[in-house]
Amino acid sequence: MTRTERIAALKQAAKERVLILDGSWGVMFQKRGLTEEDYRGERFKDHVGQMKGNNDILCLTRPDIVGDLHDQYYAAGADISETNTFSSTSIGQGEYAQEAAVRDMNLAGARIAREVADRWTAKEPHKPRFVAGSIGPLPVMLSMSSDVNDPGARKVTFDQVYAAYREQIQALHDGGVDLFLVETITDTLNCKAAIKAILDLQDEGYEPLPIWISGTITDRSGRTLSGQTVEAFWNSVRHAKPFAIGLNCALGAELMRPHIAELSRIADTLVSAYPNAGLPNAFGEYDETPDQTGHALHDWAEQGIVNILGGCCGTTPDHIRHVAQAVRGMTPRPVPERPTAMRLAGLEPFELA
Amino acid sequence: MRPIFINVGERTNVTGSAKFRKLIADGDYPAALSVARQQVDAGASVIDVNMDEGLLDSVHAMKTFLNLIAAEPDIARVPVMIDSSKWEVIEAGLRCVQGKSIVNSISMKEGEAKFIEQAKACLRYGAAVVVMAFDELGQADTAARKVEICQRAYKILTEQVGFPPEDIIFDPNIFAVATGIDEHNNYAVDFIEACRTIKATCPHARISGGVSNVSFSFRGNEPVRRAIHGVFLYHAIAAGMDMGIVNAGDLPVYDDIPAELREAVEDVILNRPQRTNISNTERLVELAPKYKGGKSEAKGPDLTWREKSVGERITHALVNGLTDYIEADTEEARQGVERPLHVIEGPLMDGMNVVGDLFGAGKMFLPQVVKSARVMKQAVAYLEPFMEAEKVGKPRVQAGRILMATVKGDVHDIGKNIVGVVLQCNNYDVIDLGVMVSADRILDEAKAHNVDIVGLSGLITPSLDEMAYVAGEMERRGFTIPLLIGGATTSKTHTAVKIAPRYKGGSTTYVLDASRAVGVVSGLLSPTERDRIQAETAADYAKVREQFARGQSNRARATLAEARDNAFTPDWTAYAPPKPSFTGTRTFEAYDLADLARHIDWSPFFASWELIGRYPQILEDDVVGEAAVSLFADAQAMLKKIIDEKWFEAKGVVGFWPANSDGDDIVLYTDESRQTELARFHSLRQQMAKTTAQADGGRANVALADFIAPVGTRPDWIGGFAVTAGHGEAQIAKAFKDKGDDYSAIMAAALADRLAEAFAEALHRKVRTELWGYAPDEVFDVDALIAEQYRGIRPAAGYPAQPDHTEKATLFRLLDAEAATGLELTESFAMFPTAAVSGLYFSHPESHYFGVGRIDKDQVEDYARRKGWDVKTAERWLGPILNYEA
Repeated sequence: MTRTERIAALKQAAKERVLILDGSWGVMFQKRGLTEEDYRGERFKDHVGQMKGNNDILCLTRPDIVGDLHDQYYAAGADISETNTFSSTSIGQGEYAQEAAVRDMNLAGARIAREVADRWTAKEPHKPRFVAGSIGPLPVMLSMSSDVNDPGARKVTFDQVYAAYREQIQALHDGGVDLFLVETITDTLNCKAAIKAILDLQDEGYEPLPIWISGTITDRSGRTLSGQTVEAFWNSVRHAKPFAIGLNCALGAELMRPHIAELSRIADTLVSAYPNAGLPNAFGEYDETPDQTGHALHDWAEQGIVNILGGCCGTTPDHIRHVAQAVRGMTPRPVPERPTAMRLAGLEPFELA
Repeated sequence: MRPIFINVGERTNVTGSAKFRKLIADGDYPAALSVARQQVDAGASVIDVNMDEGLLDSVHAMKTFLNLIAAEPDIARVPVMIDSSKWEVIEAGLRCVQGKSIVNSISMKEGEAKFIEQAKACLRYGAAVVVMAFDELGQADTAARKVEICQRAYKILTEQVGFPPEDIIFDPNIFAVATGIDEHNNYAVDFIEACRTIKATCPHARISGGVSNVSFSFRGNEPVRRAIHGVFLYHAIAAGMDMGIVNAGDLPVYDDIPAELREAVEDVILNRPQRTNISNTERLVELAPKYKGGKSEAKGPDLTWREKSVGERITHALVNGLTDYIEADTEEARQGVERPLHVIEGPLMDGMNVVGDLFGAGKMFLPQVVKSARVMKQAVAYLEPFMEAEKVGKPRVQAGRILMATVKGDVHDIGKNIVGVVLQCNNYDVIDLGVMVSADRILDEAKAHNVDIVGLSGLITPSLDEMAYVAGEMERRGFTIPLLIGGATTSKTHTAVKIAPRYKGGSTTYVLDASRAVGVVSGLLSPTERDRIQAETAADYAKVREQFARGQSNRARATLAEARDNAFTPDWTAYAPPKPSFTGTRTFEAYDLADLARHIDWSPFFASWELIGRYPQILEDDVVGEAAVSLFADAQAMLKKIIDEKWFEAKGVVGFWPANSDGDDIVLYTDESRQTELARFHSLRQQMAKTTAQADGGRANVALADFIAPVGTRPDWIGGFAVTAGHGEAQIAKAFKDKGDDYSAIMAAALADRLAEAFAEALHRKVRTELWGYAPDEVFDVDALIAEQYRGIRPAAGYPAQPDHTEKATLFRLLDAEAATGLELTESFAMFPTAAVSGLYFSHPESHYFGVGRIDKDQVEDYARRKGWDVKTAERWLGPILNYEA
C-alpha cells in the first residue's frame, strides 16, 4: 500500500468502526527495568549527564524494545500506534542536550513503527495498521508567564516553538507516518504553532496527512492548563480541519466523560478519547484495571459519542485488548453537521450565529 | 442566543483613546490592562487592540499587551480583535493569542497577490478577518464601489484561498457626514445600502465598521455625537451591520433621543430632502449647541437625598460612607419601629445588603466598604443604649461567627482587619484575637465561642509553618469546622500542599483577598452548598498538589559548586570601595515626619486597600479612580494630623563596619586592622541553572556576598539599619477601633507603614550622599527614588535577596537596635512595632536587587554548617525556598 492508499483506508475504516489507538509507553518502558547503558547505547556512550528517562532516545539506542511495544499494541487490537517521539523536539530534548539528535530520533521512530505496522497489515490485510506521528507538548508555554513577577514574560517565542515543531514534523513525514497526532495539548498557542508548521509544509509541497489534535483538560474546572474551555479550544484549532479532535491524559474515563460528550456535540469531525487509567493513587500509580477501562469506554461507544478510543498514562496492552474487545462491532459516532457561524474564542467561546 | 449587534470595545485602541495612548506610551501596562478589564466588564464581546502610533514600537506594544492580557482570565475570556494597518504588527499579535481572534484588517490596497498572501496567513494562524473595502484604486466611497470591492474580495477568499465565508467580515468604510461638503452628504446612505447588497450576495459574511467616524464633524459635542451614532446604528443594523467598534457603555437608545434632535440627525444620516430653507447639515449645526449640555457651576454638596424616605436615606449614607446625619436618621427610624433591634434588622441591614451587592458586582471598592462599616457601627452604637434599656431583647440573628487571628510570631494585621470589617458588613459576628496568637489560644477561644469558622492570617514566611501547625492542632483536637488561610505570603499552593493535608477533619480554603472573603464564608456556611464547595476545593487542592509535585521534579538547579563558579565577580583590582564617614552606629531620634511624608511611595498604599494601580495615574483610573481620589484625600488629611499632632515617633539607627566576603559569608571586623571578627552575615546564592555563560551575556548566580570585596583583596565596608515610624500607632489605631471607626484605624496603620518605608528610603539617601558619602551629588527626585535609580542597595532579611529572617538577629545585635529604636523581634523574627524596616547597605556600583529563588539540598547543608544549625533547622527557616520536599 502507498501512503495515499493507507490514508484512504484509514478514513474508510473510521466510517465503519470505532478505531483503536494504543496505550501508554512510559509505564511499559518502566516495567523493562532499563539501565542508563540501555538508554545511552553505543551512540551516546560519552554523553555527559543522565540519559535514563529520555524514553524517546530509545528509538536510536534500543529500537528492538520500541518495535516490540508497537508489536504488542497491534497484537492487542490497536489500529493505530503512535511513534515513540512524544518529546522529540529540540526544545523537549534540551533537557538531555540532544537537540542535534532530534531529526534522527523522529526518522527512526517513524521507521520502526512503519516496519511493524506494515508487517501486521501484510498478515491481516482486512485490518490495516496505521502509524500516528506523536507530537507531544513542550516544557515551555507561549500563553503562560515564565516568571511569577512578570505576567508578560515568556521563555520562548512563537517562532522558536514553530521551528522546533517544524523540524519534528518534517522528520516524521520523511520517516513515513500516516498521520500527525498533536497530543496532550496544555497550551493552545503551542498547538497552533504546530498546526501552522504542518500547514506550511503542505503549502511547500509535502503530501497532506490527516491531522489529529488531542487536548488535555487538566482538572474538574473543565479547562485546559492555559485556561480554555473545551469549546473555546475546538474553535481555536478548527482551522486545521482536523481528521479527529479529542482529549487525552490528566483525567480518567469517569472525569473525562462530560468533556468528551461536549466535544461530541460541537465537533464536526471525528472525536477521540484516550484517558488515563483512572487517577493516580498516592504513589503516582494507576489502579484502574483493564476490565474497568474496557467497561467505561464501551459505554461511550454505545452512547455514540466517540470514533477513536485508546489509553494514556497507566494503560497497558492488556487495557487496549479489553477496550478493543469491548467495542468490537459497534457503530462509530456519526459526524454531525453544524449550522454555519463565525465561532471565535478567548478562554471562552464566542459564537456569532 | 444571538445578540443583535456585537460591540467591539474600542478603548484599548491608541488611535481612538488619548488616555490609552498615554498609558501605553508611558509603559503603564497595569493601568492599560484595567481599561481592557473595564470594557469586558461593561459588556464588550470582543476587544479591539490597536497600537498604531508613530512614536510607539507598535510590534513590541502589541506583543507586550497581548501577553499581559493572557495572564488575566477575566479579560482573556473574550476574543481579541488584532487591529493594525501594518501587517507585521498583526502577525506579531497573531503569535500571542491562543484563542481564535479577528484580524483587522487586510485589503486589496496593495494588489491581489499581497491580499491573498495575508489572507492565507490568517487562515494558517486560525483567525477571522476584517476586509476593508479598499482596492488598488483607493477606498470605496459610493455604495456601488463598496459592493464591487467586497464581492471581488469574497470571491477570491472563498474560491482561491479556501477561506471559510463565515470568518469574513467586511468593513465597507464609514465616513463622516455633515462636513459641509455636499459630496459627503450621502456617505451614511452609501454605507447602509452597501450593507444590504453585501449581505444578500455574500452568504455568511459579516459587516463591521468604525462607528465614531460618522459623527466626526461634531467632535467636542458628545451628546450630539452619541445621538448620531444611535440613529446611524439603528438604520445600519436593520440593513445587516453585525458588529462595530463603539464605546459599549455610551450608546443611547434610539427612542430615548429627543424627537427634535432625532429628526434632525435622521435627516442628515438618511440624506433626506431639506425641510426648511437651510440644509440638513446647517440645521443640525444650529441645533447642536442646545444639546451640548455643559458643566454645571460649582455648588455645595448635593443634599437632594435628604428629601427621600428614612430607609433610602440610611441606604444612601451607608453606600456613600456619610456619617453626618446617620444618628438623626437612625433615631427617626427607631421611632417608627417597635424595638430598636428592628432598625438594625430592617433599614440598616437593607442598606448593608446594597453595599454587599455593589461590592460583589465590582461597583464599590474596599475603602468605600470600610467607610460603610464605619457608618453602620456608628448607627449601632447609637442604638445600643436603647437595646440595653430594653433588657429583654432577643439576641440579634447573625449569619455566622468567625474567629480571626494573626498567628504566633507575626504582628501584621492590616489585611486581617480589612477582612474582619468586610465580614462584619455582611452580618457575620467576627471575633478578632489580634496578633501573635498561639495555636492553643486560637483553638481554646474557638471552642469557647463555638465559632463556625477559623481564619488565620500572617505576612512573614515563618508564619506559613505556624499556620500548618495550627491546622495540625485542629486535627489533633478533633475540630471539623472550616479553616481559612490568608495573608501576603500565603498562597493556594502552600495551602494545598502544606496546610490542608494536616487538617483532614475539616476543609481548608485559601482566600486570595478581602473581596473574596464573603463569598468563601457564605459558601462554607451554606447548608445546601457546603458539601459541594468543600468537595470542589478538596479536588482542586489535590490537583494543585499533583501539579506541585510535578513541578518539583523538573525545576532544573545548578549544583552549589557550579553556582559558585558562576558567581558575580566584579574586577576588584580596578575598583576601590568607598570608606564610610564613620564606623560603628549612629542613632536618629524623632526624625522629622514632614520630611518623611515627602518620600512616601503611594502605590503600595493603594494596594493595601486592594486598589491596584500606579500612583498618580490611579487617581484618574476609569474604574477605581473615584474611590482612589477619595481615599487619597482622607489619607492626606490624616497625614497632616499625624505630622501636626505628632501621633507617631520615628526612630532609626545606622551602622557601618569594615567587612570582607569569605565565600558566601560576609565577615565584619572590630576595627580597620581587620584581625578580629565581630560578626558574620550569611548570604544565599541563586541556583537557577543558567544556560548561557556570563561572557556570552548570561546572568551570574548571585549572592549578596558577591557585592563585598573578598578577604585578601581590598578593604571594604558594609552598612546596616533599622527604622520604625510605628511608635504610637497601636494606641491610635486602638482608640479609633474603640470608637467603631475601623476605617481610620486601618488608615493609621497603613500610613505608619508608608512612613516607615519612606524613612528607610530617606535614610538610605542620607547614607549615599552623606554618611557613606559615595554619591554626594545625587539629585533629589522622589520618582527616581521609588524607581530605585541610584547606586547601592538596602536588602532586608526575609525578602527575596536574603529569605532567611534569622539574619535580622545578627543585625539587631550589631546595631543594638532594641535600645536605639525600641524595636523588638518576635520569635519568628517579625519586627514590632510593625511599621518598621531593617536591612543591610551595599555600596558597590553594580550591586542590585535579585531573588535567590529555589535552592537545593547541597546549599541548605552548606548554609546549615555555616550558621551552626542542623539541617532540619535550616530546612525549617528556608522552607519557602526549598527546591525539594523536606
